[in-house]
Amino acid sequence: MFEIADLLAAGLIQSFEPLNFAMILAGCMAGLFIGAMPGLGSVNGVAILLPVTFLVPPTAAIIFLAALYYGAMYGGAISSITLGIPGASTAVATVFDGRPMAQKGKANQAMMAAAIASFIGGTISIILFTLFAPPLAEVALKFGPQEEFALMILAFATFIGLGGDDIPKTIFSILLGLVMAAVGFDIISGKPRLIFFDMVEFQRGIGFLVLAIGIYGIGEMLWTLEQTGGKIKFDRVSATWAELKKHLGEIKKYLPTTSLSSVLGFFVGTLPAAGATPASLMAYGLAKTFSKDPDSFGKGNISGVAAPEAANNAASTGSMLPMITLGIPGSPTTAILLGGMIIWGLRPGPLLFANNPDFVWGLIGSMYVANFVTVALNLALIPLFVRVLAMPFTILTPIIFILCFVGVFATTDRMFDVWLMLVLGLGGYLLRKLNYPVAPAVLAIVLGPLAERSMRQSLIGSQGDVTTFISISEHPISLGCIVIAVVLMLYPVWSNYRRKIANKTAF
Amino acid sequence: MSTRTAELLASIALIVFSLGLMWTVHTDGLKIGWVPERGPGSGVWPFWLSLGMALTSLWTLVRWFRRTTPESRNEAPYIESDRFGLVAISFIALTAMIFLVAIVGTYISIALFLGFYMRFVGKHSWPMTSATVLGAVISIYFLFEWQLSKYLPKGLPMFEDGFLWLDNFRWEYFM
Repeated sequence: MFEIADLLAAGLIQSFEPLNFAMILAGCMAGLFIGAMPGLGSVNGVAILLPVTFLVPPTAAIIFLAALYYGAMYGGAISSITLGIPGASTAVATVFDGRPMAQKGKANQAMMAAAIASFIGGTISIILFTLFAPPLAEVALKFGPQEEFALMILAFATFIGLGGDDIPKTIFSILLGLVMAAVGFDIISGKPRLIFFDMVEFQRGIGFLVLAIGIYGIGEMLWTLEQTGGKIKFDRVSATWAELKKHLGEIKKYLPTTSLSSVLGFFVGTLPAAGATPASLMAYGLAKTFSKDPDSFGKGNISGVAAPEAANNAASTGSMLPMITLGIPGSPTTAILLGGMIIWGLRPGPLLFANNPDFVWGLIGSMYVANFVTVALNLALIPLFVRVLAMPFTILTPIIFILCFVGVFATTDRMFDVWLMLVLGLGGYLLRKLNYPVAPAVLAIVLGPLAERSMRQSLIGSQGDVTTFISISEHPISLGCIVIAVVLMLYPVWSNYRRKIANKTAF
Repeated sequence: MSTRTAELLASIALIVFSLGLMWTVHTDGLKIGWVPERGPGSGVWPFWLSLGMALTSLWTLVRWFRRTTPESRNEAPYIESDRFGLVAISFIALTAMIFLVAIVGTYISIALFLGFYMRFVGKHSWPMTSATVLGAVISIYFLFEWQLSKYLPKGLPMFEDGFLWLDNFRWEYFM
């Protein structure tokens, strides 16, 4: 316990170093801005801005990106409330009551509740993170390739069981990502694989960032242009100190649901497929169920704004937990962070705590600080962010396209990758329109090389005996993960069956 | 094209694509089974997973025929006609920008793209457009070329020379 306190103190001190603190400020600002723009969320911001972070050392870079992740969760509420369109999918649930509040002229109240609830969610989850991360990393240190592989199977199973998307299309997306990760030289035999049309450029493989920027930069903007037609309308909001003071008295109204939502959000966030969007929807449902006045939900109940906002912030912190301790990202955004860590030359996973304590504790410390910074910036600059929303898509779109192009080129130094990004972006957009989920593919291309290596190492070790993954005497953790994975994959089948039975009895 | 047709075409294309992947693994001569003394062959991963891709796409195709996916019952246009123009022009302009990079270089290409998009798609005023273009070009030069020391493509030699002059100037007075 004291050891953790010591390390945390060192991390906090580290996050106040001028460069790191500047990164927190910049990350929070960028996150608030990106989160507030309809259509853009943390994952888009992290994908597009990752190449820029090569300017600074890895610790400062991850602090920037984590702060951005965090800020985007706050920012999402801004457009949910003032525009009635979620600023990011993570803020969908905030629209349900945030929009009615704004229409009743209580946009300021809703905005403050969102900011303060986000702060509570952030605080509770970062404390949980600090308590859970070191012991989890300790356990994970004992993991061999069998456990690693089983964990990845579990991560992908969550998409099938909990992702809520079309199942064959989800599986396709996962497999596509895993196969794309295999392009290039095989790490074990050194043979070139999947060199399409004999183009030598494929020998270097398909970088995860090329796919991530293609999908979350190009594809997402095409999608947003189509959805909005490039035009948006919004309500004006202004927040004053006097109103804030008045609002502080109302916090106790939503404090219990907010705290509960934060804990829920944290644990849901740790699941790779779940993350902030379902966490916020679940928190909304929970707040409604436990409310004394459930009928007022959807008509402008302040708890309906606070609960999902607390949960999405808590989930963003929660999704960092498996990334840092196990090397398995808890969300698409953390998948990109994980890929970034590999580029920076760090090996994500339990060894980080032993080998790079500065990095890990600097990040954790910065999350505490970023939480304060974001709530302060958010409350102080609400009018500014609302003005930002007036920025037309005809300026934002070309700028994002340019950043995608320059970002990919700067990372890989090849025009080939820029073209690949364009093709993957268009493909992602077209498939997404047919309800193919894209997040599993991004997660899979990041995890692909690790998954393949751990599978092959396990099989080499076991002389080709596939039961090594489910051997209760040698690899009980691996067995446990696989059992849970199988249950998760069968869950949709079971719930489908139950629905059919229910339908039959209804008629 | 309706969403229904689009799903049919997409699932067929994805089956063909997956089979193509499997064929590539085969023609590359990669082992897709157990190699004695060596462990799983290097083709195991891509081959069997591509097979999985083909099967899931086949599954989608079957469900298309049985009309069980929401998309297979959706006769609405795949891309709404009044939005198609905006999406198409954005994508074409972007493609043109990337294509022009090889000829006129990153900066001129970016300026042309941003200028075109803001002025003619967004109908912004000339002062607004020029200010944004100038701001974007200068910040990208400053951030990538200067701070990150990344050499962004400059296009044909005659365009490259102009930047050499700029780089020399920078090295002489600011480094």
